Amino acid sequence: MLRMPEPDQSVLARRAEIVTAMRRIVPHASVIESATQMRPYESDGLTAYKQLPMLVVLPETTAQVSAILKYAQSHNIKIVPRGAGTSLSGGALPLEDGILLGLAKFNRVLDIDFTNRCVVAQPGVTNLAITKVVEHNGFYYAPDPSSQIACTIGGNVAENSGGVHCLKYGLTTNNILGIEVVLMTGEVLRLGGKFCEQAGYDLLAVMTGSEGLLGVVTEVTVRIIKKAQTARAALIGFPSNESAGQCVADIISAGIIPGGMEMMDKPAIHAAETFVHAGYPLNVEALLIVELDGPQVEVDDLLARVEKIATANKSKTLRVSNSEAERTLFWAGRKAAFPAVGRISPDYMCMDGTIPRKKLPEVLKGMAKLSKKHRLAVANVFHAGDGNLHPLILFDANKEGELARAEEFGADILRLCVKVGGVLTGEHGVGVEKRDLMDTMFNPIEMEQQLRIKCAFDPKNLLNPGKVYPTLHACAEQGRMMVRGGALPHPDLPRF
Amino acid sequence: MKPRDATDLAEAVRAATSPFSVIGLGTKLNLGRPVSAPPLDLSNFKGIVAYEPEELILECGAATKLSDVEKLLAAQNQMLAFEPPNYAGILSTKHSGSIGGTLACNLAGPRRLKAGAARDHILGFTGVNGQGEIIRAGARVVKNVTGYDLPRLMAGSYGTLMTFTSVIFKVLPKPETEQTCVLADHGVSLAVAQMAQVLATGAEVSSAAYVPKHGVYLRIEGIKASVKARIDMLHAGMKLHEVLPAAKSRKLWQELRDVQPLADQNEQEIWRIVMPPSETSEFLAALPFAHDYYLDWAGALTWLAAKPGADVRRYMNSGVATLFRADEAARAETDVFHPQAPELAALSVRIKNAFDPRRLFNPHKMYREF
Repeated sequence: MLRMPEPDQSVLARRAEIVTAMRRIVPHASVIESATQMRPYESDGLTAYKQLPMLVVLPETTAQVSAILKYAQSHNIKIVPRGAGTSLSGGALPLEDGILLGLAKFNRVLDIDFTNRCVVAQPGVTNLAITKVVEHNGFYYAPDPSSQIACTIGGNVAENSGGVHCLKYGLTTNNILGIEVVLMTGEVLRLGGKFCEQAGYDLLAVMTGSEGLLGVVTEVTVRIIKKAQTARAALIGFPSNESAGQCVADIISAGIIPGGMEMMDKPAIHAAETFVHAGYPLNVEALLIVELDGPQVEVDDLLARVEKIATANKSKTLRVSNSEAERTLFWAGRKAAFPAVGRISPDYMCMDGTIPRKKLPEVLKGMAKLSKKHRLAVANVFHAGDGNLHPLILFDANKEGELARAEEFGADILRLCVKVGGVLTGEHGVGVEKRDLMDTMFNPIEMEQQLRIKCAFDPKNLLNPGKVYPTLHACAEQGRMMVRGGALPHPDLPRF
Repeated sequence: MKPRDATDLAEAVRAATSPFSVIGLGTKLNLGRPVSAPPLDLSNFKGIVAYEPEELILECGAATKLSDVEKLLAAQNQMLAFEPPNYAGILSTKHSGSIGGTLACNLAGPRRLKAGAARDHILGFTGVNGQGEIIRAGARVVKNVTGYDLPRLMAGSYGTLMTFTSVIFKVLPKPETEQTCVLADHGVSLAVAQMAQVLATGAEVSSAAYVPKHGVYLRIEGIKASVKARIDMLHAGMKLHEVLPAAKSRKLWQELRDVQPLADQNEQEIWRIVMPPSETSEFLAALPFAHDYYLDWAGALTWLAAKPGADVRRYMNSGVATLFRADEAARAETDVFHPQAPELAALSVRIKNAFDPRRLFNPHKMYREF
């Protein structure tokens, strides 16, 4: 079971005093201290892990966030920031001796600026809400994580969220222009703005995807773009994963970058079809959804090219959407793949590795072997364009030992991804879920280099500790540390 | 000092007792504040490590010539979509330099509007930090959020954090063709408005620039049928003065990319100014000194030539101004890069220390403080 940093008993002993101090900063009701009322905060989207925080504080201004962090810094209190709590990697998992800092009250869109093609929003605004405020003019915010109706833009910045369209339109990091961020010292920084550059180092890039370990984001400026004139999708069935994978490679080699290109394996196709009745073919081994967007003539022309490439790769079935309703239906199955799998299994665990695309057949074969070894079934959905794989491991948490086996299976899958040249996470983040696998990707020296960035932002290790990195770090030694022979940097520090 | 390989470089850095001027192919020495230190010559780190067109990735030695990379990619109808500029003309160097230098300066051409800068395409790198440790970050995959984003932090760090030995970039297909629509010149404020108006249509313009006395240029790229349809779309909404065919269009954007419109301003300093497009024309109108300029990125980027010592920043409401070309004495005295707020400046020093605590790499190239 997952180990978190040991709770600081001296902090827990001062709980009442801390509650009082917080109520001097925010209104009485914005500090939640009863176990019942804190229950909704005990986990995020990674529900296998639960922990009640010491208390929950819900600030609504940057000045309040600054005051809270300053207090926490001087009293050695840990802080866990939280947006909508949709993280799939446990990034917002509370700490027993920590303040859960909920940003939900930061829910206002501050500026809609069509002239400079950007929106300034508070971090608690949902991803989809940004598109909603600009769509009347045909604009939208491009990154579309599947949780977009619920997940917040602040959380998207923390996780560098992606979505099904990011091969063509980029991740969060490619679509934000500026942030306001509060450091543990209470200092408020502005990085970037309504323009695409920053003075000095690209700290906006470092903040994006830092999983709440470096600072608390209190304002985000995002780039908005004009929605494509039209979008059409092709639904293509293949006799094997190999032929589907080859088709993807051939489409890209032909110079086509689809707006979305998704692949599902047989178990995922069957689960989705049973759930949504999208008309998916059931006699195929792999299914591709290829969506082209742009001007009508371009979409039609490129779709014809995609059809030819698919036929050359022995596709068994091919349907092209002829209406918006049909296109939406094609996607409905894919977008419901997770809940669909949830229907056929009491529990499932969603993994998130990225692999070089050409390694897909090898990885799927390896996964089949692991499935036998761990005696658990797996279904796969795959952002095929960018090699981001989401294996869904099916298990029943009520059966003795199955959760542990599912976790082992998941870890084995991620090790396999790294072994073939891939990475632990493409878009869900490391959080607590993949924390203990970080050393499969980074050696102690590389890990130490990353931890020194943490020191530059949060030398007391109070912001979301125990996430992402499997060791704590003694910042005092910064600059003098050398690691030799692959030895762990701080054998004396707890490794959890 | 000219290390043979990464181990050699790491050893040289560990043994160093005084700072280096970090040099790939030496074409960016005049960007930033002058560095007076003996060279750390990284030109041995060249050559292609892996190019996989169907995976959209390229890994190569950091000192590989940019022009060699571009040739290799072009043979497969691919490109670095951020369109790295060739400042050889404006900075009087022999060629456009290395891919590592391109990353270190976070370069970007006119297509930034649609495709971003070097920072939006870097996937990974291997390099040596100021403690002489070899660090690998990122991977040969296009989507990765594992750990802090070190590769992007390297973009625009001007060799002050790490020395790169190899880099991994995302590559993309080249558009099949392009054309450029020209709108007649009716002044800068209308030009900026027109560019914003065009970006609010479905014409998917990939670059938009304004050159005084010449007009507004709008680049349309893609497959032939699509380019034609989108030009028709523009035609319907505004009066097009001229449409430049592919070859002319390419030449034009290459010139704009490489700051050629200001190439004959030999006596002037050149500024590179980025601000919200809505503030650009007011900023230009407020300048009390003689200047020549043109706009790119739909008005977000101003290339400005003015007399030495002109206090450009005084007239900016927001944004970032870089003294892009000036003589060495001026670059030593002036803030070449945009001054930072005190808290941010302090954080930048801590970031510098996180990578190069002994201050070995390019001392004071970005800011006086480090």
